[in-house]
Amino acid sequence: MLRQIGLNSAEELFESIPKELRLARNLNTPAALSEIELLAGFERLAARNPGAGRSSFLGAGAYQHYIPTVVDHIVSRSEFFTAYTPYQPEISQGTLQVIFEFQTLVCQLTGMEVANASMYDGSTALAEAVLMAERVTRKSKVIACGAIHPEYLEVVNTYVQHAGIELIHADFDRGTGQISGALAELLDDKTAAIVVQSPNFFGCIEDLTSLAEQAHAVGALLIVAVTEAISLGLLKSPGACGADIVVAEGQSFGVPLSFGGPYVGLFATREKHARQIPGRLVGEAYDKQGRRGFVLTLATREQHIRREKATSNICTNEGLIALAATVYLETMGRRGLQEVARQCALKTAYAAKRISEINGFSIPFSGPRFNEFVVRAPVKAAELLGRLASEKNITGGLALSRYFADRPNDFLVCVTEINSRAEIDVLVDGLSGISKHKDTKTPS
Amino acid sequence: MKSNITKVTSHISHNEALIFERSQTGRIGYRLPPLDVDEFPIDDLIPKEFQCDNDLEGLPEVSEVDVIRHFTRMSTWNYSIDLGMYPLGSCTMKYNSRLNEKVARIPGFANLHPLASENDAQGALQVIYELQEHLAEITGLPGISLQPAAGAHGEMTGVMIIRAFIDARDGQAASAQRRTMLIPDSAHGTNPASAHLSGFSVKTIRSTPEGLTDLAHLRELCVGGHVAGLMLTNPNTLGLFEKNIQEICRIVHDAGGLVYMDGANMNALVGVARPGDMGVDVIHLNLHKTFSTPHGGGGPGCGPCCCTKELEPFLPVPRIVRSRSVSEGAPSEAAAKSDTYKLDFNYPQSIGRVKAFFGNYGMMLRALAYIQTHGNDGLREATEAAVLNARYIAQGLAGDYEKPFDADPMHEVVFTDKRQTRKGVHTLDIAKRLIDYGFHPMTIYFPLIVSGAMLIEPTESVGHQELDQFIEAMSSIAREAIEDPELVLNAPHSTRIGRLDEAAAARKPVLRWKPKQAATTAQT
Repeated sequence: MLRQIGLNSAEELFESIPKELRLARNLNTPAALSEIELLAGFERLAARNPGAGRSSFLGAGAYQHYIPTVVDHIVSRSEFFTAYTPYQPEISQGTLQVIFEFQTLVCQLTGMEVANASMYDGSTALAEAVLMAERVTRKSKVIACGAIHPEYLEVVNTYVQHAGIELIHADFDRGTGQISGALAELLDDKTAAIVVQSPNFFGCIEDLTSLAEQAHAVGALLIVAVTEAISLGLLKSPGACGADIVVAEGQSFGVPLSFGGPYVGLFATREKHARQIPGRLVGEAYDKQGRRGFVLTLATREQHIRREKATSNICTNEGLIALAATVYLETMGRRGLQEVARQCALKTAYAAKRISEINGFSIPFSGPRFNEFVVRAPVKAAELLGRLASEKNITGGLALSRYFADRPNDFLVCVTEINSRAEIDVLVDGLSGISKHKDTKTPS
Repeated sequence: MKSNITKVTSHISHNEALIFERSQTGRIGYRLPPLDVDEFPIDDLIPKEFQCDNDLEGLPEVSEVDVIRHFTRMSTWNYSIDLGMYPLGSCTMKYNSRLNEKVARIPGFANLHPLASENDAQGALQVIYELQEHLAEITGLPGISLQPAAGAHGEMTGVMIIRAFIDARDGQAASAQRRTMLIPDSAHGTNPASAHLSGFSVKTIRSTPEGLTDLAHLRELCVGGHVAGLMLTNPNTLGLFEKNIQEICRIVHDAGGLVYMDGANMNALVGVARPGDMGVDVIHLNLHKTFSTPHGGGGPGCGPCCCTKELEPFLPVPRIVRSRSVSEGAPSEAAAKSDTYKLDFNYPQSIGRVKAFFGNYGMMLRALAYIQTHGNDGLREATEAAVLNARYIAQGLAGDYEKPFDADPMHEVVFTDKRQTRKGVHTLDIAKRLIDYGFHPMTIYFPLIVSGAMLIEPTESVGHQELDQFIEAMSSIAREAIEDPELVLNAPHSTRIGRLDEAAAARKPVLRWKPKQAATTAQT
């Protein structure tokens, strides 16, 4: 082929690159590996992740749920995973119809009217929601209320730092773990939005209806973030409570933990704000024969047309992960989702009751919960959980000292349908056994 | 159809309703173990007013076989890389190795929680670290963050780093004067959108008739000390290498600005030339383009941000670092075994976090596997093949289509519909007709500066025979445009659905399914 186009060597292909810029050596990356060697290498690395094989009570924004076998089967169909963004609708109807179903499911679950084709994850979806609230209201003060996932708040901070948005934090109530009265003092007619997470970072369910009323009374929007999307199977939808924008992390819907990604952000809002929504949208369309199909639509919001005036710089969605979530939701269906949510809540109640009965342990927040709760140990939580892992081979939860220096003894426990009663009992025994051990005692 | 189409024949296509239209009350497709703890009313746990009160009405009720048939049928309506050439310019649709899929599904990675302690995740952190090292070598830029989830996200990160650097260098007051980002008129639309997100206003640089950055215009725009930086794609979106790249970087640097390179077209450079050696300060890569992680019908991507030592303190946190307990020296087996990897949050000048956790980790595994299976020589060979294939198409189509720029292209080539418009056939029609020949169309109407642009990127994953089939198909369409324009204007003829009325769809958007009796269209 080189000769057919009149060249003698591969080097001549790169003549438009100045010679002094061409790499005169081989890259210093490893030599090629065979399939056998490569897999062995990755297996060795995987074996150095003991956290992956353990019975676990870690949640805090990423959740271990049952994934029906069909999900990975469908996601592995190359017609889906080796396709691009559906720019040519005539040969992309598979992807487009899936996204249309995804948008519908997101609307149904969040109680909203319009949803997009997905965002990178829950945290970036929240940041985009804050930017959108500023566009919609033309106001610039945003109040983040109560216990929001600290990493979500960090992401929002990064996004708004140059956007002329003032981000204020209203603290949570130390007794309930829910939103405190501090919000009322901060709220005024300059407020663009109230941001709240429910269930919140400590697992407590917030009173969204009351927050929506407070927000709307001053002309602000209510943005609700959901990190545990399974809760939508049991709790009143944010839309029904009056939310204006709902974002969620969709990882719980059939997506493996995979050390934090790829996950999928859900983003939904009211019909009247549809043209302010970031990201891709799929809509119904018809051909000349009147056959129904689906296309990417309302593209005039997007950067390839609007350039710097676009609603967002987001160009891709998380197509394949949105597919996984769609397959999950359709397989589990209406009753399956309800059942998973119900089992989570009841098993969590069982675990919370058992742990609160251990001598020296307490549950500091009184707010109602879904599948996560904070435990206060009589000893340093990080040490306790470390010993639980090494001695009992259980990951008992998340030491809150990771994010809150003033909570050395607190840890967050998450229980899902995956965790059997026997596993919960082992956790309880482990906690009480280790905390009785003298040398880990520290004054609390 | 009178043409002799070699790549496709018509095949069976099933009709398939929306899942909501298939749903039947009472059907289920799941089974969970029975509840093994005490059952009591949810009302005892959660106040009634916080509970769902619509019984999740509308969610589908179907069986497992319904689900499998539903998605399998829909999947057959998609074109995909596995069916053949997917020459979308600037998208780098190369083969996605199954081996990489297997790696990402190893339970030790797939089941690992992102908040697992460092001790519990050493293998996962080592993967991130090693990939960072390889990308640093490939780009010549030592500071890497794998946190951004996509190209535009990496771009936003890069531009924020430029802003943070200038704020720190000049002080807030002086840097407030430096809020202009220069972007060539040929750039991806995400560039200006990302610049805007970081509080920059955009000035557009003209391209020369040769399709390169206009140096005189660049110099002119750099006067006055307002320029924070330049966002440049190289090779640019016309597939041409900016041969004056060193001079361009010099001009911007002399004006006090920094150079950001959009790495979307890195598939033309891997193993051949490094942005760091050209004077570029910061770049994003697309692991889903250059490093073959699957596009997934529009994501997930992964858009690492790579920068100079000078910009490193501004990268997102946490950084993943290695600590080597054995004293410095030649790396040995023993030293490597004692390495530990940790999260480092101690970068006070960091722009902050751009995503929860560590980014799209599953994509990092696949990209590392790609780099390891290719080896250093294989990476260069892939680049050579990608450029050779584009060059072959450039030559093969020159007789039938207008090539707006003389220069030899790198990994992608742009043609226009100039010759075909005389018969009323436009780029869109050519693209749609190409579908009948069994190919995914090229990128169309981009870059914006070329009227009727057709941007073709074959990648290295296409063989000689399929390239010839593609050239033959395009030539055949050129003939049809003269002899039977109607055939082209009404294409595609072979798909299960014809051209859809996109204008009507945007006027009255229907963005979700609703039950028949309640169906209304969005009033927006």
